[in-house]
Amino acid sequence: MSNVQIMTGNSAAAYGARLSKVQVVSAYPITPSTSVTETIANWVERGELKAEYVRVESEHSVMTVCISASTVGARVFTSTSSHGLLYMHEQLHWAAGSRLPIVMCCINRGVGAPWSIFNDQQDSIAQRDTGWIQIYCRDNQEILDSVIQAYRIAEEIYCPVMVCYDGFVLSHTMMPVELPDVDQVCQFLPPYKPHTILSPEDPRNINPVIFPWQRRDAEGVLRDGYMDMRWKLQRALEGSRDVIVRASRDYAERFGRDHGGMLWGYRTEDAEVLIAGMGSIATEATAAADLLREQGIRAGVIGIRVYRPFPRTEVREAFRKAEAIVVFEKNISYGYEGALSADLKAALYGTGTDAPVHNFIAGLGGRDVKTGELVEAVRSSLAAITAGDREKQTWLNCVTE
Amino acid sequence: MPDKLFKVHKKEHILPGNRACSGCGLSLAYRYILKALGENTILTLPASCLTVLHGLYPVTSVGIACLNCTFASTAASASGIVAGLSAMNRSDITVVAIAGDGGTFDIGIQALSGAAERGTDFIFVCYDNEGYMNTGTQRSSATPAGALTTTTPVLTKQQNKKDMMKIMEGHDIPYLATCSPSFPIDLYDKFVKAKRIKGTRYIQIATPCPPGWVFPPRDTVKIGRLAVETGIVVLYEIENGKFRFTGRSKTLAEKGTRAPVIQFVERQGRFKKMSMEQLGQLQKWVNNKWAEYFRRAEAS
Repeated sequence: MSNVQIMTGNSAAAYGARLSKVQVVSAYPITPSTSVTETIANWVERGELKAEYVRVESEHSVMTVCISASTVGARVFTSTSSHGLLYMHEQLHWAAGSRLPIVMCCINRGVGAPWSIFNDQQDSIAQRDTGWIQIYCRDNQEILDSVIQAYRIAEEIYCPVMVCYDGFVLSHTMMPVELPDVDQVCQFLPPYKPHTILSPEDPRNINPVIFPWQRRDAEGVLRDGYMDMRWKLQRALEGSRDVIVRASRDYAERFGRDHGGMLWGYRTEDAEVLIAGMGSIATEATAAADLLREQGIRAGVIGIRVYRPFPRTEVREAFRKAEAIVVFEKNISYGYEGALSADLKAALYGTGTDAPVHNFIAGLGGRDVKTGELVEAVRSSLAAITAGDREKQTWLNCVTE
Repeated sequence: MPDKLFKVHKKEHILPGNRACSGCGLSLAYRYILKALGENTILTLPASCLTVLHGLYPVTSVGIACLNCTFASTAASASGIVAGLSAMNRSDITVVAIAGDGGTFDIGIQALSGAAERGTDFIFVCYDNEGYMNTGTQRSSATPAGALTTTTPVLTKQQNKKDMMKIMEGHDIPYLATCSPSFPIDLYDKFVKAKRIKGTRYIQIATPCPPGWVFPPRDTVKIGRLAVETGIVVLYEIENGKFRFTGRSKTLAEKGTRAPVIQFVERQGRFKKMSMEQLGQLQKWVNNKWAEYFRRAEAS
């Protein structure tokens, strides 16, 4: 019997954590993430979820609690947004450097100054280089399923995973979500086995000062220097592609839902223009593609589901025959372009794919992005490409005069 | 009293050859702290002199389980350890966070206040060497007025030391104590007592620092004693709100005499630019503190 309920993205995230049997949850409120951890607090206080719940005084402490609790062997969860995520920045590096399989939801929100509580993806994109895997979800079902998958990925390769989804657009929007059976989830997600458990029985000095070079330990064995450890983190993230794809496939076999592993495509086979995006803007782009096809333009969509590790191979394959590429994204690397556009072009370098790439910066600080605007943007891009404009950055629906 | 030494655990948890400076007051204190706490302990510590003492990967000079954490996060790190252990059904382990005065009075105060307000079951230890000594003697809010530091290099620090004990007491925690490595039995007893108490416990140790305070390493114990004899450092504990002088400070309180602060000040290069006015203010600051402690001791 399927158990479908109508729920918000934040409820879906909370159910994902509950079904993953998280043991320690730490939380600090920030809009629009707050109801994720409120929901979990309710379950913990009612005795419906057996977990330690630590209500700390800042996001910096949230991630610290996650790090330390994970180090003594617990499965941990939290969620945050925007400035909360930025305030954690130091601890995000520390979590990844410690190789801890922490799972956190980032409910994407714009970053000040000035204050904005509304959606864009600047917060998580700004954490790109912290060593976390980043998954971007396109609907509420994917949020729930991705949290469960995230634990399996994280605990297999010992890297933290950020499950990102758009604030309000998904976090506060009700959609039907199928709740998987808890026993089936247990079979998909075995109990957490830490790489090291800090305990008095096995005293260690975890994360001390390390030299640039390798050094011998008390038994004379040569141990890693700082850079060797960094390479192992890089190798783990590069190697996580297979683990992510396998987890996605296995999940699809067990639960009948495939969210696409590293990326997903929509009506791409004969597409003359490929639209790329992450999260809900990519979902919206599928509606735009349908409209464009009605207007005689063969459009398709590639949704980047996993942004780190960047799906280099999959991107090369997906855009191999592309004649024109239009990237819509809700972030900006100031002084250059959107982060996805830059990474996408870099992945295509030297592959023979020489399609023009037009970059639309859209929806910053919650500015509305309508399907019709995406349609018009693609049409204007194609016109500009025909006129010989191979590279272009446009701020969609923005006063740029 | 020498016979009291027999009750101190013989087992050493700090191994020879650690990287602390010669004459380090912290290393003297730490030896007795770990003897009192024993093996069934998990430590967490931020970037500090103690990180250096613990050694550089892949060797360590301390035989107790330890998790290093970032500068601002010490008490939150302890909270995470406590929560994780509880989730793993382990309630027998003593969780101890140790930070310097920078990691306690300054950058660590938010996480510490949070953990104390939550009543987190752990001991927070501040080893107070009155400045950022690991980075080369910069001013902290624990630095006394009149001291030279590399960030108060000409005019000396102009403000008095922050009363961190008072701030911590405001959290309604069951046990607070001050101690000094120059009085190791008093220090040991306080850690043995703290270990038996549930909830947040706060212990502040006045640790002389030869390079930072500018005195010869051989004088560490002497300087620590002078701090207590002059009343600049007061040994006491507050158990469930009840204030009590302990050890040498108790004797001084009973006698009602203290050496003048100049005896402590004149032996340290950090005070060489201290004005007569600042010296007078320091004496007044000490006298006022003592008047307050006397009132509290009588009231309880």
